[in-house]
Amino acid sequence: MAELLEEIDVTEEDSQKDKFLTFSLGKEFYGVEIIYVTEIIGIQPITEVPELPVYIKGIINLRGKIIPVMDVRLRFKKEANDYNDRTCIIVIDVKEISIGLIVDAVSDVLDISSQDIVPPPDVNVNSHNRFIKGIGKVGNDVKLLLDCEKLISDDDAQSLTNI
Amino acid sequence: MSDISKEPMLEMYKFETTQLLEQLEQILIRSEKSNCYSPEAINEVFRIMHTIKGSSAMMIFNGISTLAHSIEDLFYYLREFKPSDVDYEKLTDLVLNCADFMKDELGKIENGVEPDGNPEELVNLIKVFLSGIKQKDNKSIDSKELTREKSANPSDEDKQKYYISYNLNNSSKPHYKATIFFEDGCEMENIRAFSIIHALNDIADEIHSEPSDIIENENSAEIIKREGIKIYFSSDSEYDIIFKLLNDAIFLKKLELDELKDIEEMQNVKQKKTIDLDDKPIIPESSRLHEKEHTNKSFQQNIISVNLQKLDKLMDLVGELVISEAMVTSNPDLKGLNLDNFNKAANQLKKITGELQDIVMSIRMVPLSATFQKMNRIVRDMCKKLNKDVELEIIGEETEVDKNIIENISDPLMHLIRNAIDHGIETVEERTLKGKNPKGKVTLEAKNEGGEVIILVKDDGKGLNKEKILKKAIDNGLVQDNGKEISDREIFSMIFLPGFSTKESVTEFSGRGVGMDVVSNNIEKVGGVVNVDSVTDAGTTMTIKIPLTLAIIDGMNIRVGDSTFTIPIISIKESFRIKEDELITDPDGNEMIMVRGDCYPILRIHKKFNISDSIHNIHEGITIMVESEMNTVCLFADELLGEQQVVVKALPQYIKKVKGITGCTLLGEGTISLILDIAGLVKSNYK
Repeated sequence: MAELLEEIDVTEEDSQKDKFLTFSLGKEFYGVEIIYVTEIIGIQPITEVPELPVYIKGIINLRGKIIPVMDVRLRFKKEANDYNDRTCIIVIDVKEISIGLIVDAVSDVLDISSQDIVPPPDVNVNSHNRFIKGIGKVGNDVKLLLDCEKLISDDDAQSLTNI
Repeated sequence: MSDISKEPMLEMYKFETTQLLEQLEQILIRSEKSNCYSPEAINEVFRIMHTIKGSSAMMIFNGISTLAHSIEDLFYYLREFKPSDVDYEKLTDLVLNCADFMKDELGKIENGVEPDGNPEELVNLIKVFLSGIKQKDNKSIDSKELTREKSANPSDEDKQKYYISYNLNNSSKPHYKATIFFEDGCEMENIRAFSIIHALNDIADEIHSEPSDIIENENSAEIIKREGIKIYFSSDSEYDIIFKLLNDAIFLKKLELDELKDIEEMQNVKQKKTIDLDDKPIIPESSRLHEKEHTNKSFQQNIISVNLQKLDKLMDLVGELVISEAMVTSNPDLKGLNLDNFNKAANQLKKITGELQDIVMSIRMVPLSATFQKMNRIVRDMCKKLNKDVELEIIGEETEVDKNIIENISDPLMHLIRNAIDHGIETVEERTLKGKNPKGKVTLEAKNEGGEVIILVKDDGKGLNKEKILKKAIDNGLVQDNGKEISDREIFSMIFLPGFSTKESVTEFSGRGVGMDVVSNNIEKVGGVVNVDSVTDAGTTMTIKIPLTLAIIDGMNIRVGDSTFTIPIISIKESFRIKEDELITDPDGNEMIMVRGDCYPILRIHKKFNISDSIHNIHEGITIMVESEMNTVCLFADELLGEQQVVVKALPQYIKKVKGITGCTLLGEGTISLILDIAGLVKSNYK
């Protein structure tokens, strides 16, 4: 896993290297690589689309472009929270798919160098930490670093196509 | 030539060559039908091959250019010596094979593979064919020409460059000598001179120039600059016309045009020119380019080709404009204000955006003729292989459809035509036995009907075998009850199921049961439907109904709970409010309503899409009757919001396909409305 991260680091632009956007879901802090992030917007009216998994809340109109939004809380099987004015949508671009992630609050952009990232414990591969590709240490805090590609393209998402 | 400089030209080359090949096919098939090659057709083929040869050589696709060159040779012979006894069928076969070879090579280029096909075999075939004609042809042949012909190979192809025909026996025409000087400093004098000669070519014969090697020889520009260019030619046209034509040239400084009494002078030049030709081994690449450009100019004066992406972008923008216009004119801030002048201005704006939208749509509209004409080739090839005699009748090919749709119906049409000929039309013997015209007939018809285009593929063959289809369906477990309660139409529509083929053996053309699946899939993709009607021994008719365009539809917006949906106006029949006591409920809980003696099922949208906070009492909401493929369903919604033109947008890729929804659209206030898939909803309710 560490090798993989290194590989990604090399190909990234210097200015975006080792930078993570962190956000909170309840007590935990998560991070996504900044290279995936296109923008952060406040919560918007969401149009529900029938027959979708619960964690896909629907679609939003992002200046004429229509993108799906995913409630990350529901994705991690946490209980749903009402949205408030701290709730944000992080728009990420992964493999040419634009998707909005609904999170409790966005905190800040951090530098986490690769030697401060450790692979997640190998226990319980099938539980929700399959979305975590590393654990970053920042001072005394711990940030869970998300694997964006898995987040949007794992088996659940695959099953969507078969509806 | 390096790859970098090739890139932009490659696109142009592919586009142009594909078009030329299509044109070629049409000419060949038309000529074969009439069983003679008119001089125009021969000229046209010659010209096409010449262009392909030139551009292919420029792009260094030697295989294509070599082949084009030998076809050019062949047609040169046909044109110049008009041999009487030619096997036109064989000729057509041969040239069509060559066209196929070129298409294959183009396909390779498209996929980024080196076009490595070897045209050797075809070239040899052409040579054999050509010498066959020559032997048959008893006419005395100018032996000089013949030797030149025989020695022809790619390296000296420039010799054929001056095939601008010079018949020796038209000395009755008056001869002219024109001397032209260009303005100082206009540069590229040789190319300008060449374009003048080219322009002359339309009205004059026996064109010779001094210096003659204007394009090949860089120095000629210098000579022309100093001494002007002298052009000798003969022409039927009036002196004035010729003078005007020459005088129109750009950067012309001085023009002298004299009628020549003495033909000697001209002959002299001609002599010189022949020698020049033999001496010149290779033409620089650029000359071919220029030549190519010139030939093109004469074809397409008022047409420009535009990148489709740009057109799509324009389309999107106009779509956005339509939305923004609605956003402004139906802005909530304006509610309750008295705005006479504003409304006037808004109406004007509406009119203009409407016109703009129509124009943009019409740009994308393409006549079906190209797609229809392609079918000629398929019919011809299949008739030969299957030994059937079939005539293809094309009606209404000028009908126009959106470009996107055209791309999607070409394949289905091909499959339908193949099926019609392979399965439908009987062999000549069978037809004679049945007392039918031995020549089968397939009709391809297109017509506009309302907002839809209807394409019919009709054959007069044996028709579909209902029992066979039904048996197959029962065998495959597709039908219960031995199919007692199934209508003819339903039985026929089973042939569209994947893997469903009643044909015992798989032939080259059909029988795998894939084709019809492709047909229905592709047609559904563009929002169309296919219907089958068949009468035993009278033939089968396939009816394809497709919308004119996909991008903008007239929609009715409805509200269900907090959600907004859009129904295409085309599918709405009427809307009404149902009283509680008119509702009929069957034991399974299915709701129905009786309207004017017919019973229709009711589909509650809130139930279908699990919308919680909506109206449940049937008399409080509104019921909308929609129709698709002859089936009718009543949709129950909270209220109608109003009619609006909406721009159809696809759902995000990530969400993929949701049953009952075809796409989404942005409403005036920027909110999203989901477009209902009426065909899907109706279908799901009837299964």
